[in-house]
Amino acid sequence: MTNEELKIKFTELVPSATFDEGGEWLNVLIEPADWRAFAAQIRKDDSLQFDFLFCLTCIDWKTHLTMVYHLRSTKLHHNIVVKAKLDRTNPEIETVCDIWRTAEFHEREVYEMFGVKFLNHPDLRLLILEDGWEGRNPLRKDFEDPINMIKL
Amino acid sequence: MAEQKNTVKDFPGQIHETPGGGIVLSKLDDVINWARSNSLWPLTFATSCCGIEYMAVAGAKYDFSRFGFEVARATPRQADVIIIAGTIVNKMAPVLKRLYDQMADPKYVIAMGACAISGGPFFYNTYSVVKGADHVIPVDVYVAGCPPRPEALLHALISLQEKIKSGLTREQTKEGKEQI
Repeated sequence: MTNEELKIKFTELVPSATFDEGGEWLNVLIEPADWRAFAAQIRKDDSLQFDFLFCLTCIDWKTHLTMVYHLRSTKLHHNIVVKAKLDRTNPEIETVCDIWRTAEFHEREVYEMFGVKFLNHPDLRLLILEDGWEGRNPLRKDFEDPINMIKL
Repeated sequence: MAEQKNTVKDFPGQIHETPGGGIVLSKLDDVINWARSNSLWPLTFATSCCGIEYMAVAGAKYDFSRFGFEVARATPRQADVIIIAGTIVNKMAPVLKRLYDQMADPKYVIAMGACAISGGPFFYNTYSVVKGADHVIPVDVYVAGCPPRPEALLHALISLQEKIKSGLTREQTKEGKEQI
C-alpha cells in the first residue's frame, strides 16, 4: 500500500488519528487509549498485515513522552511509524507484547529507561539495569546521578 | 666473550663451550621469566569494539601467535593475561573482578583502548561506565586508541613480554622486593 492508501485505511480504523508525512514513512499519531485496538487491527487486517515490530522506543520531550513504534509488513513491504503522546508524570500505555512478541523485552527496556508503565504486561521488571534500580529512569532528560556522572 | 651458539638471541644466559658439550650459566628467575613471557595465554574476553581489533590481531594477518599468544583460553583458570578489550560498565565490573580472581598467578592485565583506560568517550555524562578498568583490577600495560590499531596491540603485547623479562612480577613489586 502507498502512504495515501494507508492514510485512508487508518482514518477508517481510528478517526481521531492524525498524520505526519515529513519523513520517508507515514507517521500515525494516535491517542494512547486507541493504541491497543489499533495494533490488533493492523496486525490482522489482510490489506495491512503489519507482522514485524522492528523498533519500539520512547522519546523524552521534557514536556511529555512519546512512544514510537516502527512497523513493517514482511509480506506487503510497507512501513509505518506509530506515535502516541504520553503524560510525563504518570505515563501509561497498553502493552502489545501478545500482538508482537518482541515487544515484551522492548517494553521492559522502555519501562526501566523512561518509566513508562505498560498495562497488562506479563513480566514488567528491569531488563538491563541492576536490581534495586527501581524508580530512577536514566534516559529521562532530567536524570541526575551525582555519584557516577561526571558533568561536561 | 665468544658469540653464543645453540641459543636464541634473547636467552638470558651464557653458554660456556667445553669439550663434548657445554655449561649454561644463568639465573633461574631469568629463565623462568623468559619462558613465561614467551607463552602467555590470553583470556577470550572482549566487551565492545576493541574486541574486533583483538580478533584481527588473533587472525592470520597480524597473528599474535608469532609472539606466543596464540592459545586463547575460554576459561580464566587457564589464562595468563586478560586483555580488557572494551568498555567496562558498572554491571560488568564485578564480573571482570571475578574473572581476574579466578586466573592463576602469575597473571597480567592489558587495558586496551580508551574505554578500558579511562572510560574514554563515556567519561562524561554517563551513569553506567567505569572510568577506567584500573578502578577494578590492576593493569600492567595500557594501549591508547579508540580502538587501537592491531599494531598497537602487538606493541602492547611485546611491551608486556619485556616487562616480564625485566624481572619483577607485580606481586614482587608490591612486596617491595629489589630486582635481583
